[in-house]
Amino acid sequence: MIDVCAAVVLTVMIPSPASRLPVQDTTHGKVVYGKWCLGCHGETGAGDGPAAAYMLPRPRNFTGALYKIRTTASGQLPTDADLVRAIDEGLPGSAMPAWKGRLSDAERRDVMAYLKTFSSFFADTSQHVVALKFGSEPGGGTSAEALKVGRQFYDSIGCRKCHGDQGRGDGPSAPTLKDDAGFPIFAADLHQSWRFRGGASSADIYRRLRTGLDGTPMPSFSDLIDQKFLTDEQLWRLAQYVRSLSPARTPEVRDVIHAPRLAAALPAAPDDSVWARVERYWFPLVGQVIRKSRWFGPAVSGVWVQAVHDGKAVAVRVSWDDRSHSPDTTWLGFERRVVETVASDDSGAGTAGPWPDQLAVQFPRRIPDGMERPYFLMGGETDPVYQWRWTSAGGAGGAGGAVAGVARGLERFDTLPGAPAAQTSYEHGEWRVVFTRSLATPDTANELQFAAGRAIPMAFFAWDGSSGEHGTRLAVSTWYFLALDQPTPPRVFVTPVVAMLLTLGLGIVVVRRAQRRQA
Amino acid sequence: MRRAMLAVVCGVFVMASARERPAARQGGATIAGKIKFTGTKPANPKIDMSEEPKCKAKYQAPPTEETVVVNPNGTLANVFVYVKSGLAESYKATAPAGAVTLDQDGCRYHPHVLGIMVGQPLEIKNSDGILHNIKAKGTKNRPFNISQPTTMTSTRTFTAAEVMVPLECNVHGWMHAWLGVLPHAFYAVSGTDGGFSIKGLPPGTYTIEAWQEKYGTQTASVTVAGTETKPQDFTFAAK
Repeated sequence: MIDVCAAVVLTVMIPSPASRLPVQDTTHGKVVYGKWCLGCHGETGAGDGPAAAYMLPRPRNFTGALYKIRTTASGQLPTDADLVRAIDEGLPGSAMPAWKGRLSDAERRDVMAYLKTFSSFFADTSQHVVALKFGSEPGGGTSAEALKVGRQFYDSIGCRKCHGDQGRGDGPSAPTLKDDAGFPIFAADLHQSWRFRGGASSADIYRRLRTGLDGTPMPSFSDLIDQKFLTDEQLWRLAQYVRSLSPARTPEVRDVIHAPRLAAALPAAPDDSVWARVERYWFPLVGQVIRKSRWFGPAVSGVWVQAVHDGKAVAVRVSWDDRSHSPDTTWLGFERRVVETVASDDSGAGTAGPWPDQLAVQFPRRIPDGMERPYFLMGGETDPVYQWRWTSAGGAGGAGGAVAGVARGLERFDTLPGAPAAQTSYEHGEWRVVFTRSLATPDTANELQFAAGRAIPMAFFAWDGSSGEHGTRLAVSTWYFLALDQPTPPRVFVTPVVAMLLTLGLGIVVVRRAQRRQA
Repeated sequence: MRRAMLAVVCGVFVMASARERPAARQGGATIAGKIKFTGTKPANPKIDMSEEPKCKAKYQAPPTEETVVVNPNGTLANVFVYVKSGLAESYKATAPAGAVTLDQDGCRYHPHVLGIMVGQPLEIKNSDGILHNIKAKGTKNRPFNISQPTTMTSTRTFTAAEVMVPLECNVHGWMHAWLGVLPHAFYAVSGTDGGFSIKGLPPGTYTIEAWQEKYGTQTASVTVAGTETKPQDFTFAAK
């Protein structure tokens, strides 16, 4: 009996060898790291690889064992599962890609083990590494009632200080933010959940509220639950409210913008209620890294575009998130830090200054017959493009205004006498600009003549002045298409009816004949 | 049994007496001095608190940061002085149970520079009742970053010696405090007269370091015996 007891005690006490976890091979991990990770994260894991200087946010510095995306309390080390998740799924909105599918399970596990060797904290057995216990999400998270509670806590716990009243990262403290390494850091734009580093779901957001994002200004709110300032359910409601600010699904990029034909007057104002009923299209933008001086830190991640026409004129509304109405002196310090942080090419560093925000909408000068289009990056000397250019510092009283012109590459833009009408609004970190122009104009040589039923190439460019963007430092898109819907011709409705009647008639004839033959 | 009880009672008594000023130990030697300052007094940056009317209302003149605080007698306040080395390896100190308090009042930290022992609780108090986050950016200690959107107190401890752990608020970029974490109680912060004293030292030769936020560190070697008080001043020059 005693023997049995002893055996039981021993079995309980002796840890099973290697805890049945797969062996983590740091030697193999180092090889994987050298091949795939070192370019950004550096040889010593300090986040200072050859490519690091071009990035904002910078690659993770592993030596401090500070990780944004965890399931552990503020300041605690991440669990192995947290690290594997970051490797597997990447960090959306940053340069870190998802490695699942690119590296084998063993490679990802081993490289995780290897990056833990960069910090002595992981070898320190006194460190607690315990995932927090998260309850399950309360239902009804999209109801008006739930969102109201969420919004109430958004205000009362001060989210707006950094993230802004409407969540676009434009709060009063936003221009002062730095990460622990002293690099400038943007408060997240809560309208772009697909760019959240730790995932887009309400549960992901809830976890970030509980754990905070270590190394950044984003704190943990767990103490508030412990001290009964709010309940766990209320924190969930806050997460659900934040989730509700973004589209329910990650916007997919579609090639063609359909511009419906309206019978009523075109909505020339950015806040015309008509726009709420017009489908919007998302187009991502990337840094201009083709021509010098290149720009690796574009501030505008994409534009939402809507278009309508009435057979005589076209109206295009472009909306995009921008934390500042540039030029804005409160962002000058931030701008200086961005320009100092993001390396350029050898053509020299950028300059911080009171630059305006700008937008360009680009078309070819005439609708091409085939697939041939001018060079997407503002055309060339022999193949120019037609552009609408808007600037926040232009127009009457500096309220914003647009011109039209012909671009021959990034450096040359010749203004044309005929400009599109442009109306602008800036509210809570969002620009909305509506361009209106008649489909046909007298200058057929330089100005695009819009025509319904054709695929009209269209591209977008954006500059954020408060990120030091001007000239060739901008965010660019590739070519997409604009299609002005044609009025539906009457035969579309008549033809099916005629076909149906014919079929019916023929059927009757066939049946009658068969019946007659039988008789 | 009775002896054990006595030991516990004694322990509690010692811990209680060590509260707040752990350096106040019976016996031992003292190192005391002043932090002198030469050169032109630098102007601390003014703080624009217009975003926080509740804090702004607590000041008559526009508040400034506290990077260099020169006292009326020309000495420096907020200099952290501590025994950097020289204690016997066998020397062991127990952290007092009493907490050190850091208050956020008027959108500034009080005190601006403070010391604490490894394992001793740090009570972080928000007297403002507006949103502060408090971030500790240690490298030897694990960092933390917690939100305090209301009048409340959070408690944290530190596991490793570190001079200094920077503390900051990201909502109010001007809010900085500095925390010296030590495995012993031999530290002091210079006050409004520029004076400091480190008490209760066992006999020996010590490296004493004085740390100032802007001007860095200075060290001195001091030998003490018995219950004597040895003077040791430090002088920082304007840069």
